Amino acid sequence: MPRTDMMKEKGLTLVDAINEALYQEMERDERVVCLGEDVGLNGGVFRVTDGLQKRFGADRVVDTPLAESGIMGTAIGLAMGGMRPIPEIQFEGFLGPAYDQLTNHAARYRTRSRGAITVPMTVRVPVGGGIHAPELHSDSPESIYAHTPGLKVVMPCTPYDAKGLLLSAIRDPDPIVFFEPKRVYRSYREQIPEEEYTIPIGQAKVVSEGTDITVVSWGASVFECLAALDKLPEDVSAELIDLRTIYPIDQDTIIQSVLKTGRCVIVHEAPKTCGMGAELSAIIQEHCFLHLKAPVQRVAGFDTVMPYYKLELEYLPNAERIGEAIVQTLSY
Amino acid sequence: MPPRGVILGLFMAQMTTDTHSGAGLRKARTHRVSDALPGETLIGWLKDMLLIREFENRCAQAYQQAKIGGFCHLYTGQEAVAVGTIQSLERDDPIVTAYRDHGHALARGMDPGACMAEMFGKITGCAKGKGGSMHMFDKPNWLFGGHGIVGAQTPLGTGLAFAARYEWEVMGKPCPNPGVKPGDKPKKKVSLAYLGDGALNQGALHEAMNLAGLYSLPVIYVVENNGYSMGTAIERGTTMAHDLRKKADAYGIRGEIIDGFDVIDLYDDFKPVVDWCRENQRPAFVDLKTYRYLGHSMSDPQKYRTKEEVDQFKGKDSIDRLASQLMGERKGKDGKPILSETRFTEIQAEVKEAVRKAMDFAEESPTPEVEAELYSDVFINPQPNLSPTRDYIHGVKNPLL
Repeated sequence: MPRTDMMKEKGLTLVDAINEALYQEMERDERVVCLGEDVGLNGGVFRVTDGLQKRFGADRVVDTPLAESGIMGTAIGLAMGGMRPIPEIQFEGFLGPAYDQLTNHAARYRTRSRGAITVPMTVRVPVGGGIHAPELHSDSPESIYAHTPGLKVVMPCTPYDAKGLLLSAIRDPDPIVFFEPKRVYRSYREQIPEEEYTIPIGQAKVVSEGTDITVVSWGASVFECLAALDKLPEDVSAELIDLRTIYPIDQDTIIQSVLKTGRCVIVHEAPKTCGMGAELSAIIQEHCFLHLKAPVQRVAGFDTVMPYYKLELEYLPNAERIGEAIVQTLSY
Repeated sequence: MPPRGVILGLFMAQMTTDTHSGAGLRKARTHRVSDALPGETLIGWLKDMLLIREFENRCAQAYQQAKIGGFCHLYTGQEAVAVGTIQSLERDDPIVTAYRDHGHALARGMDPGACMAEMFGKITGCAKGKGGSMHMFDKPNWLFGGHGIVGAQTPLGTGLAFAARYEWEVMGKPCPNPGVKPGDKPKKKVSLAYLGDGALNQGALHEAMNLAGLYSLPVIYVVENNGYSMGTAIERGTTMAHDLRKKADAYGIRGEIIDGFDVIDLYDDFKPVVDWCRENQRPAFVDLKTYRYLGHSMSDPQKYRTKEEVDQFKGKDSIDRLASQLMGERKGKDGKPILSETRFTEIQAEVKEAVRKAMDFAEESPTPEVEAELYSDVFINPQPNLSPTRDYIHGVKNPLL
């Protein structure tokens, strides 16, 4: 939606930035169709699509029944027919019912038809914990989709990155799972360009430069990492990388950083086993083995089901756990 | 309510050509749209059906010779369904189907060579030999794939109908698809989503039908009801099997039962449904009674039915029936049958020759090259870890594009 006075003065939240990207791309390209549960009249469960139906009509911002498999399948059919659908799945756990369509169809059409049929679709999904929601509403399944050939997986955490990456995603000819860390939907405002801009998918961002240790994270955990870095002794120079795109992984940025620092801590909310931290650790040992001064550490969720809200902060990586891992790695 | 024993599979209820025809439930035909068709058109249908039959026979042989790998689900017996329904469409109406898809590909006009080469896993196949039997794609002919997950293709048909309706209703112009020229006006289209009776019990179909009913989308769910979901007779797995229109009723969708054993009757019943869906931009659901002569796949012991049952259905074979109609009661302007025996023999020979050529083409075509094809066509651009090296060439262009 057009910017309010408050946005002009104080900047945009993640929700505002995503809404602005959707608004601008729907203005620019009439093939763009948003569809999902309550995305229209009600503006979405997190109000991300607020105002879009009023502006673009119910034919382009389509309220659907609670039927994720039908939503995803219909969106794939729309994409095959030439449109640019943006289905919204309300919570990452609800990808379960749509999993068949997403992984067995969307991800595979380019291969299965050998380039004849493609699925330019951006699936928007709020992700992660920290909003006092139970499991299925607080999970971090990004590695499942990164492990699915044919899908790109994006997870920005700042308003600036969200807008630029969403515009890239919608224009990308391949299917993209666009995870939106719901914990930071409204926690942070940022002044970002009003005009449209894109950020290439597959490029990590160096949030702060440093020489002693590399910290890699993505999603809401990036803010926990920033808090942890703030508490480090002044003589520690830490480099923080926000992965932004989960797949394809920006190997070069990580490798270059670890070659420089010789140490790495990876932070994510998802369970530790087979999380993206495992993949990144493997990449680092493949490329930086002789430069490593300490084992790569992972600060992650546990291999348990995301707990209910009273315990969620014990589950999620916090500044304290991240700080401890950094200190341990530095003193190895 | 069927006897409990039927549901539990304790005894086998023989299906007959009478019980599996929808007789008594079908609407009476008011007029025959096929009367307006030229004789040559009907002869073309016969040729298409013969082509599918011959193609499948040769596939079975090639599979037994291990020239075709993977799985192979043959269409033999159901030819009238693909030909009759596709002939009721415009050439740019999109279709999706399930894994028993060779018949649809051929009826839609896919080159038999590209189809057979796909079966053989050769680079000249419709998907460069990477999709195989269950994944026939032909974008220029608006075939959006065979699909291996039962029922999962039905929401795609719904989405294709959505896209078609969106083109003329919202955009006012067509997307750049095959056959679309700059300046073309958008058309009212109908999309066809074929499914087997086994897919009736998959959730995806019900979500798809609800959406189509809700949004008034021009999609027809064509149930190729051959009576068996793999080895499970329809009444053992599906409620209201005796009148599937009730499922359509639940979603506010027009429901029809059509006999699929006579291709002209099928066309006379199905074409008006297509026309109605196109004109009104509404969905429909068609229980199309048919029968497969062979097993579900190439390795099916067929314990679920008797040889007598199969023979009974072979007795009302749709190809024999059409041939005898064209050589008998169907007369041209000169008062003679529109198809002479000589011409019929010629057509049979032509079809055999076409499939033989397709086999030769498939045999002689090269297998996909590892360097070019193993790592390509996952994304539009190369990505790390898709290949042993970061640099790889794009695969060859899809032969159908």
